[in-house]
Amino acid sequence: MSAPLLEVRGLTKRFGGLTANEDVGFTLREGEIMGLIGPNGAGKTTVFNALAGFFPPTSGTILLDGAPVEGLPPEAIAARGVARTFQIVRIFRSMTVLENVMVGAMLRHRAVPKAAVVARETLDFTGLGRRAHDPAAQLTVAEQKRLELTRALATGPRLLLLDEVMAGLTASEVQEAVELVKRIRDRGIACVVVEHVMEGIMPIADRMVVLENGRKIAEGPPAAISVDPNVIRAYLGEGYLAPGP
Amino acid sequence: MRRGGTALALLGLAAAVAFPLLTTRVTWQNAAILMMMTAQLGVAWNILGGYAGQVSLGHAAFFGAGAYVSTLLSVKLGVSPWLGMGAGAVVAAGLGVLVGTPCFRLKGHYFAMATIAVGEIVQALVNGSDALGGAVGFNLPLGETGFWGFVFNRSKLPYYYIALGLLLATVGVNWIVNRSHVGYYLRAIKDEPDAARSLGVSLTRYKMIAMILSAGLTAMGGTLYAQKELFIDPGSTLSTSLSIKIALVAILGGAGTLWGPVLGAVVLTAIEEATRIAFGGTGRGTDLVVYGALLVVIAVFQPSGIAGLFTRRAPRPPAPPEPEARFP
Ligand SMILES: Nc1ncnc2c1ncn2[C@@H]1O[C@H](COP(=O)(O)OP(=O)(O)OP(=O)(O)O)[C@@H](O)[C@H]1O
Ligand SMILES: [Mg+2]
Repeated sequence: MSAPLLEVRGLTKRFGGLTANEDVGFTLREGEIMGLIGPNGAGKTTVFNALAGFFPPTSGTILLDGAPVEGLPPEAIAARGVARTFQIVRIFRSMTVLENVMVGAMLRHRAVPKAAVVARETLDFTGLGRRAHDPAAQLTVAEQKRLELTRALATGPRLLLLDEVMAGLTASEVQEAVELVKRIRDRGIACVVVEHVMEGIMPIADRMVVLENGRKIAEGPPAAISVDPNVIRAYLGEGYLAPGP
Repeated sequence: MRRGGTALALLGLAAAVAFPLLTTRVTWQNAAILMMMTAQLGVAWNILGGYAGQVSLGHAAFFGAGAYVSTLLSVKLGVSPWLGMGAGAVVAAGLGVLVGTPCFRLKGHYFAMATIAVGEIVQALVNGSDALGGAVGFNLPLGETGFWGFVFNRSKLPYYYIALGLLLATVGVNWIVNRSHVGYYLRAIKDEPDAARSLGVSLTRYKMIAMILSAGLTAMGGTLYAQKELFIDPGSTLSTSLSIKIALVAILGGAGTLWGPVLGAVVLTAIEEATRIAFGGTGRGTDLVVYGALLVVIAVFQPSGIAGLFTRRAPRPPAPPEPEARFP
């Protein structure tokens, strides 16, 4: 039995006196979709920052394919196949859409023409192909979020960390995003999806992890999470039910 | 658009090659040499300050390294300044690594301020060192030596074509960098460093590549200056006002564009000559006043520089709002 793709154990992160994550643990298998939810300030983005190497955890272990990676810088984590998006978009505003994605593709393809081909394919996959030659700064917010996702995908990751890519989208845009995440999973890429939009995460997650005040308060399949009394109290509000089977 | 640009560049090149054959007036030739040397410095600065967005106000240290290393080697050891040019570039690149290692951690204005300090320190060190000529500097021997000795006084033409060659080589390096993955990475670092890192870009590594190229090419300009003037001292090769001028050339013309610094050099040299005529004397005292005034004008009216006037800019929508009201 090989090691899981990602294993997080006892992850704790303090900022001065504030504990943003406390003893968080979970595992993720190849090609799995995990939802990571919790109220504002629960510590979801902090988990992402630690996983992606943006700061070392105060304590705890992060194993990628069984090898510890906590404390490695973001560029080293990226090289090991972890890609992320940012909650507040950080696209390269002086570049075109295609160039943005090329920067991602260059992680595996240094030659510019090859990177352009890969970037173009990835844009077609995510449905942004027709915007390829527009300045990235001209995209709508929804498109900018999709661009960030495309750029992350172009690095050829095995694990994708998506931080609220569906926030601010219309209902039909959320449906498109849901379909896209499924197609990404079908490529064998595991995803951790941080989302407040429940319609966006409940139907696709294999498993959910719920944070509150930095601690994990529940873990399980979406259907069980949506009726978990702890979760309902902490976050979901009375009476929420998971859509469909 | 792109084809038009190539045609324009070829036309400019033809004009530059033919220029000294059209005018025999030494003042004109001299002004053209000065212009190309200034442009070369701006283009070299642009790799670090323009593409990578690391605004250095200490580039005179690299220029001085080039001028001093080649001069010391030729005056004391009789080494050809052409070899000295290479040695100066290597020394400047090494100095660049020394400067970059601590300073690249600094953001924005703090990086610029740190590089001013580096420039001042290097100037103070040379000023205080007898072995390096102190405040007096060095006179280089005047005799015509031919190509290998890099001293020409029968005609300005050799300097003219060397300056042109060095400018073209520097533009060529920029062009190659710009089209390779390094250029994309530098622009990514300038736009969004954290996003660049998340895509596997090592900030220190690529800033350092930009620093090494920029410092080395700037030093080559320093050697050319020493061989043309045949006199160097800290005031003319290591001053902060020179550092500011180098940055200004690129920013005025259009930082982060291939030809912007060349445009900037043409305009700045013209302005300097005009003020020299208007105010008389060497114009040295008025330099900083002119630079300061120009910087204010650029900052207020045309942040993208002269080159920005020629590129159609798509109107930028306001930055996207923070993710708004959410569930629940
Ligand atoms: N770099 C930082 N320095 C100091 N405090 C931080 C930092 N990053 C996050 N925090 C704090 O840690 C806590 C968790 O923040 P985090 O951004 O992880 O929450 P979140 O679950 O992503 O919330 P949201 O749903 O609003 O995005 C918050 O109290 C936040 O203020
Ligand atoms: Mg967050």
